[in-house]
Amino acid sequence: MLRFVLSRLISLVLSLAAASLVIFAVVEVIPGDPASYMLGLNAEPETLAALRRDLGLEGGIAARYLSWAGGLLHGDFGTSYTYRVPVADLVSARLWVSLPLTLYALILSTLIAIPVGMLAAARRGGPADFGIMGATQLGIAVPNFWFAMLLVLVLAIRNPWFPAGGFPGWEKGLWVNLRALTLPAVALALPQAAILARIMRSSLLEVLGQDYIRTARAKGLSRGAAVLKHGLRNALIPVMTILGLQFSFLLAGAIIIEKVFFLPGLGLLIFQGITQRDLIVVESVVMLLVFAVILVTFFVDIAYAAIDPRLRRRR
Amino acid sequence: MALKPLVLCAAMLALAPGAALAQRTDITIGMQLEPPNLDPTGGAAAAIDEVVYANIFEGLTRYREDGSIAPGLAESWEVGDHGLTYTFHLRGGVTFHDGTAMDAGDVKFSLDRARADGSTNAQKALFAGIDTVEVVDPLTVRVTLSAPNSAFPTNMAWGDAVIVAPESAGNLATAPVGTGPFMFADWVQGDRVEIAANPDYWGTPPALEAATFKFISDPTAAYAAMMAGDIDAFPAYPAPETLAQFEADPRFKLLIGSTEGETILAMNNARPPLSDKRVREAIAHAIDRQELIDGALFGYGTPIGTHFAPHHPDYLDLTGLSGHDPDRARALLAEAGVAEGLTLSLKLPPPSYARRGGEIVAAQLRRVGIDTRIENLEWAQWLEQVFKGRDFDLTIVSHTEPMDINIYARPDYYFQYGTEEMQTLMRELDLATDPAARSEILKKAQRVIAEDFVNAYLFQLARTGVARTGIEGLWQNAPTQANDLTGVHWTE
Amino acid sequence: MRFPGQLWIGAALSAVFVGAALVSLVWVPFAVDGVEIAARMQPPSPAHPLGTDQLGRDMLAMLMVGARTSIAVAIVAVGIGMAAGVPLGLLAAAHRGGLLDEVVMRANDLVFAFPALVIAILITAAIGPSALNAILAIGVFNIPVFARVARGGALSLWTLDYVLAARVAGKGRLRISAEHILPNIANLLIVQGTIQFSLGILAEAGLSYVGLGAQPPTPSWGRMLAESQTLIALAPHVALFPGLAIVLTVLGLNLVGDGLRDHLDPRLRRIG
Repeated sequence: MLRFVLSRLISLVLSLAAASLVIFAVVEVIPGDPASYMLGLNAEPETLAALRRDLGLEGGIAARYLSWAGGLLHGDFGTSYTYRVPVADLVSARLWVSLPLTLYALILSTLIAIPVGMLAAARRGGPADFGIMGATQLGIAVPNFWFAMLLVLVLAIRNPWFPAGGFPGWEKGLWVNLRALTLPAVALALPQAAILARIMRSSLLEVLGQDYIRTARAKGLSRGAAVLKHGLRNALIPVMTILGLQFSFLLAGAIIIEKVFFLPGLGLLIFQGITQRDLIVVESVVMLLVFAVILVTFFVDIAYAAIDPRLRRRR
Repeated sequence: MALKPLVLCAAMLALAPGAALAQRTDITIGMQLEPPNLDPTGGAAAAIDEVVYANIFEGLTRYREDGSIAPGLAESWEVGDHGLTYTFHLRGGVTFHDGTAMDAGDVKFSLDRARADGSTNAQKALFAGIDTVEVVDPLTVRVTLSAPNSAFPTNMAWGDAVIVAPESAGNLATAPVGTGPFMFADWVQGDRVEIAANPDYWGTPPALEAATFKFISDPTAAYAAMMAGDIDAFPAYPAPETLAQFEADPRFKLLIGSTEGETILAMNNARPPLSDKRVREAIAHAIDRQELIDGALFGYGTPIGTHFAPHHPDYLDLTGLSGHDPDRARALLAEAGVAEGLTLSLKLPPPSYARRGGEIVAAQLRRVGIDTRIENLEWAQWLEQVFKGRDFDLTIVSHTEPMDINIYARPDYYFQYGTEEMQTLMRELDLATDPAARSEILKKAQRVIAEDFVNAYLFQLARTGVARTGIEGLWQNAPTQANDLTGVHWTE
Repeated sequence: MRFPGQLWIGAALSAVFVGAALVSLVWVPFAVDGVEIAARMQPPSPAHPLGTDQLGRDMLAMLMVGARTSIAVAIVAVGIGMAAGVPLGLLAAAHRGGLLDEVVMRANDLVFAFPALVIAILITAAIGPSALNAILAIGVFNIPVFARVARGGALSLWTLDYVLAARVAGKGRLRISAEHILPNIANLLIVQGTIQFSLGILAEAGLSYVGLGAQPPTPSWGRMLAESQTLIALAPHVALFPGLAIVLTVLGLNLVGDGLRDHLDPRLRRIG
């Protein structure tokens, strides 16, 4: 086990190093100079040079990479070129929007998907199943940003029940913020719920075909009771795996939704960082996201291996 | 004694209806771009001035809504020594938001800081003519120029020339401290800036107690936020196609005015075949300005025939020189020996006038046999490729700086014109103090660049704003980039 | 089979849009760069069956050429994913447990760890927005998907008798992969290909919605959608048709994918 953990640890470190190199390389080749973006059309050359010095943009690529990566190791994400505040502060402020939004969307999608998936499995082949499966196909096919705009049109403009976007800030109270996050969360949740419901359905059907359910039924338990007692737990395992994937996907993947609803989340931070050539923000935030995913994968690997020794040889 | 509570009661009753009708004292203003920082002396972004100009910071002089120059922190000034010295008399009793007094020392500090060697002021040229700044007494400053410059009081009205204090100058980017009617309150990066009324303001106190600038980059989101009532006013509203809808809705009113934005189809004068005047002339004749204004801006905009604002008294209407004439365009192209199938790059920055306008211009050019390769660029890329790298054939951009015809005297400016003739004219302009002579020179310059077809002059960008009915006092015109909230109030 | 009509409905929907894209290669009702401001935002009429857009261009022509853009981007991106991912997956499976396997799988995990949309935006910001770059950005993320599917499918085949027999007969790993493994995972790859195809269309729509896909005057559904949403009250057809086109195409492809899976994979037929 120790050897396994060690080898995983080495590959974790290598992955992080590779990721940091890739991110730095991609970001550095983005054309556009942060200093000239900030100073605009009439700036004079020496003014630009002065600002570039201030921002630490002088110096070779290798030196800049080392100073950035070195800073990351100490938990120093650098200082935003445009905002002139620590990147860490920006990230933590944005997490207060992105995390609740992601959780809200996941909760919505789970609350919709699990009962719907169960219903479809229970009514397999019937009209309810047919209707649900058709609806999930549609849910997957609708681009969430377009769905978001239709939601705004109907629920914010025609009927002013929700704000069309924006985020008031938690200091203004729970309710206004939940209201503000509702439409974006629904828009994000729809395709996820559709995917999840399909997985719930097929995973439940698979479990229903297993011997232990047949045994339980033979013992006289009703179909529903057998499923609830023995099947549901097993059926939820693939659902949980997908939920985990969706979490990291949503955390960074809400860029377009954040744009539609002008929510100051992590995705929009990266997007603005790119347009304003705030490269240090882009580098550090993307690195942080990649780090989070790699770390989760690492722990999942270890956990699986701890449960099932056979996996230690090869996941 | 027993009467007193009763009187109070009656007074309260009398007040009650008024209290029920209490007008709102806050406002939420929509803006498309977020300022990268809040220091108007350290960045060019128009969004900085749109938040802080006249609200948080003030200069010696200031712009009025009609574009004229009014006294700001300087109550008055005198010109002496044949236009070489300016003596500014400052207002007394003005304090910065941190409580320190504003005096001549702060003015000297601000001007010296802006023109210093390591300064990152984006408009250093405004201060280039300053030779010395002297403190005469705490409320008097004398500025000596190295050459007469009649535009100096105008230069001092720019947002880049506001007066700041040495105590706070280092942190203006995130904690702006000025002398204006509003104080900085909060900035949630990526979302909004909040300002609050300054109780110690030297002038008429503003009617608003608080204001929020909310940043919404997406035009669709801006439309939705305005329609849903999340935003009270959007002075530079980015979706002109929906203005008719707001106009028809009694909850809203339009604020249509002028800007200093001459929108041009800029041509790379140094690159063949555009270095041939006949080709540039052909392109100018290929453009149908009215179709462009209707199509890209849904009718809002004034055709221009030269690089000058139509609302300026010295403006010459030269649109006739480059009227829509596709046959003439084709003939000129043939004369210049430009073969069928000429393909030019057309690089477009993000605003909708450029993006939507670019597609229309491309279609108009195609009708005379010029193909274009459209490239949509972000501002950062546009600055890098077009403005700095001069790697372009055509681009569409609005020049929003006031009175910027002098860019045609700069050979290194991105469209690379800058002839001797224009340089001489601009030198004469700087030296001329007589209004009539200035007017003559400006008119001559307009004619020179129009007859040389340096660029295709398209239209003066209109200021298209939307506001809730009941808001009064917002600027209708935009002589400079600003959302001056000093006089803004609700009437219902 | 689950719902007998599924494959056919999907095939019919897909055929409409693929057909429109193919027809647009040789014929469109109007030129897509035919800007005509005077005729803008006309509702559907006999001359313009789907009306005209905000610049007076024919919506049917725009949607047809838009279909071509979307489908081309998605297909080439799937091609990139298959061309690079399948050999990698096969190679990893052939050297199961070895260093090569480890490196390929770790590299896969690494690509999966990157937020796809963010990287796609980064790539297009780095090399400029265009349909080609959208293809690259989407294609890169298809590589690990196909590598994983190919490896998974191949691993189970390597334990089968006829493969073992081939090894005993002295055939090399590469040869076995090509001759015996690849043909037998083709079904899996086709099903996955259909899914990635429909995801690619959604991804292209998203990228061009934020302005990073095909550039004008080439129409693309995502950009048509982005440019028309404020017109919803003024000219609903301009705002709605591009969205419907995306939904119906993706729906069609997903139905085909599901139908094919049921058809090709008997194991799934039981539970699906």
